Amino acid sequence: MARKLPATDVVLVGFGWTAAILGQELTDAGLQVVALERGGWRDTSTDFAVTFAQDELRYYFRRALFEQPARETVTFRNNTGQTALPMRHLGSFLPGTGVGGAGIHWNGQTWRFLPSDFVARTHNEQRYGKLPDDMTVQDWGVTYDDLEPYYDKFEYLCGISGKAGNIKGQIQEGGNPFEGPRARDYPNPPLDMVLAPTLFEKAARETGHKPFACPAANMSRPYTNPLGVQMAPCSYCGFCEKFGCGNYSKSSPQTTILPVLMRKDNFELRTESEVLRVLHDQQAKRATGVVYVDAQGEEWEQPAELVILCAYATHNPRLMLLSGIGKPYDPKTGEGAVGKNYAYQITSSVDVFFDDAIMNPFVGAGALGVGIDEYNGDNFDHSGLGFIGGGYIACWNTGGRPIERHPVPKGTPQWGSKWKAAVAKNYMTSLSISTHGAVMSHRGNYFDLDPTYRDAYGQPLMRMTFDYMDNERRMSDYLTDRATEIAKAMNAREVNPKKRTGPYSIVPYQTTHNTGGTIMGADPKTSAVNRYLQSWDLHNLFVMGACVFPQNAGYNPTGTVGALTYWAADAIRTQYLKNPGPLVQA
Amino acid sequence: MKKTDRPADPSKVTPQLTRRGVLSGTLALGSSAALSGAQARSISGGVPWQPAEANAPVEATPTVAGGAWQFFTAAERDFIDAAVSRLIPNDELGPGAKEAGVTVFLDRQLAGAYGQGASWYMQGPWQKGEETQGYQSRMSPAEIYRAAIKAIDAHCAQHYDGKTFAGLSDEQKDEVLTGLEKKTISLEGADAGTFFTLILQNTTEGFFSDPIYGGNRDMVGWKLIGFPGARYDYRPYVKRHGEKLDLAPVGIKGRPGWTPA
Repeated sequence: MARKLPATDVVLVGFGWTAAILGQELTDAGLQVVALERGGWRDTSTDFAVTFAQDELRYYFRRALFEQPARETVTFRNNTGQTALPMRHLGSFLPGTGVGGAGIHWNGQTWRFLPSDFVARTHNEQRYGKLPDDMTVQDWGVTYDDLEPYYDKFEYLCGISGKAGNIKGQIQEGGNPFEGPRARDYPNPPLDMVLAPTLFEKAARETGHKPFACPAANMSRPYTNPLGVQMAPCSYCGFCEKFGCGNYSKSSPQTTILPVLMRKDNFELRTESEVLRVLHDQQAKRATGVVYVDAQGEEWEQPAELVILCAYATHNPRLMLLSGIGKPYDPKTGEGAVGKNYAYQITSSVDVFFDDAIMNPFVGAGALGVGIDEYNGDNFDHSGLGFIGGGYIACWNTGGRPIERHPVPKGTPQWGSKWKAAVAKNYMTSLSISTHGAVMSHRGNYFDLDPTYRDAYGQPLMRMTFDYMDNERRMSDYLTDRATEIAKAMNAREVNPKKRTGPYSIVPYQTTHNTGGTIMGADPKTSAVNRYLQSWDLHNLFVMGACVFPQNAGYNPTGTVGALTYWAADAIRTQYLKNPGPLVQA
Repeated sequence: MKKTDRPADPSKVTPQLTRRGVLSGTLALGSSAALSGAQARSISGGVPWQPAEANAPVEATPTVAGGAWQFFTAAERDFIDAAVSRLIPNDELGPGAKEAGVTVFLDRQLAGAYGQGASWYMQGPWQKGEETQGYQSRMSPAEIYRAAIKAIDAHCAQHYDGKTFAGLSDEQKDEVLTGLEKKTISLEGADAGTFFTLILQNTTEGFFSDPIYGGNRDMVGWKLIGFPGARYDYRPYVKRHGEKLDLAPVGIKGRPGWTPA
């Protein structure tokens, strides 16, 4: 039996990006806020100092910063005809754990979604006619224009380095001309480019595209954010992706918010505290608090006036299901919203081998790259192509980490002297172009509770049922073909396109861009939360994160996650606190 | 909703989890266990930070000649020396995996948390599943190595006149390794493909990881490809496009001839 603690105004479940933002915003509003984080405290100077942060074995291959499947994981199957089995160690995606969450080990690729992405069903049906029956794509219930000020707020919090492509409708030379209009430029100029993205930029221009420096949460110069927190210029050490930044140069909760938030008298963080379920009073349509277990295995009840789920996208939907909140999604009938529309990202690459262009790949940063956006969203005419959606094509130079990076030409054996020679020859003189595609929602891709496997606390694991559908395969092939054309314009020795083949596999790392499960929308029958990320069922429960995306767009999700968090925080502060109740009438 | 004017007193909120407890409950120096955290704690009023506190990596114990092995038996060491020598050979391009100390690396890894699969989900029920569902063996990495080495030596004894794997010619060793890779050899008590994937991955890790873990001795893996190691500031080199930099590699503990101030 859980021991009951004194009530607080707000309890935040998890303590990564979204909880740090909400902690800051809601303590500013004068509320008493408690955050519960399942992992431990960690900070730049103690846990990934520059003297030992560049440790590829420890942090990536031994998973020092990530979720530990021994405690909890997902089960996975490609379709309902298979038996889902547990992801026994991490692979395809790397959820975080500990203070800062995945905001510690992300790359910093910080995009805005396109205006048309937020009205994906309406927009595509207007232009191309009815979508296929099994495609469960929905409008978000919020528009790009609604979110613009909040994208801006997140970008200035983080100090994003980039070049605007569209300021109040005026196209800007050198930026992404396809982006939605923004009120002002990025707070910092683009990072300096190393050779590989520069070669891509030239080839992209020659093939008729409009390349631009990708927006990066890696500092191009010293920066002081609106909270007064200072960040240092990026030193291009090449250990962002899957690592913590030792140099205060990559935006994270630790480098942008925590120095201010942690000092506040009305904020308390409890680490090693894992929330098991949300307590609620169905009659009153209110959440009453949460139950969590501490490191000693003792259970506590934390009552709260406001409960906000800020855990990773695979966990928030699970907490809803474990707590019996909302109606679980049923793929047979299409009814129910919790667990609906799990989506992901579809990626591919084109390796390009040169004879003597020395790339020095180890000089890098997580979001150091040049991209093009001609083939994202609905930036191009999809008539006759057999798919909707798209993605960006980019040449990133995230680092040359030697356990991970072994670019070898097609036909090279995987081991032995030939492999060794190929790695030695091509490590310095190759680059890779990547495509980063949207995943539309489909009826058979969803989350529910696994009937068999349980976590360390005896609770059912989340079951993921997912595969790429024809829409995504055609789209990814189309993107890979365009990337190959650009690669061929580089006059390299060899161009090796790596298209997507076969079913989705949970084994190789792809992206930590899991979306859906508690999607937002305008109708309580087809969405779990309303346009303010407020539960349709319990008005004092809000759900943050990419789990609210009705489908995934062709960009990295963090920019949109940050914008939605500020948008929801503003709705809580300006509307909900004055008059607690549903912000949208069902 | 009630707004709070007064600062919270965590000692009243949760008597067991006090700020004093935080300050005295220090993170163990030099222990990676600190990352997973041993104790729930309440943190408020500032960031918990103490001078000289660091969650530094744990260095692998160096081998003393002829002793101090933590996991492998002598026969297993012979197998590993022979196998990693074929996966990354010593050749005209330089030292291979054996010379780089990969056997020591594997020994230390398999003796530790990784070898036990400590962070892996290892609850049943067990079934083979689809390739897309990934690793589904009930064996930890250490158990797989132990069982597979024994089974491969038995396979070799049967097919190569009673010889162990280490006693085969290079061509024969490659034949066996290829059989494991292509899954044309089946082993008693271990899955050939799973073992091959594991040893290839771990050998690559040992050849290219920081020397503190026992492999990549003298940074030979990094020298082979031109990776400068655990440096953290490349700003002077960003704009030197196409230039061969020839930066001497440096590990977390520095490099030979380099003395910390």
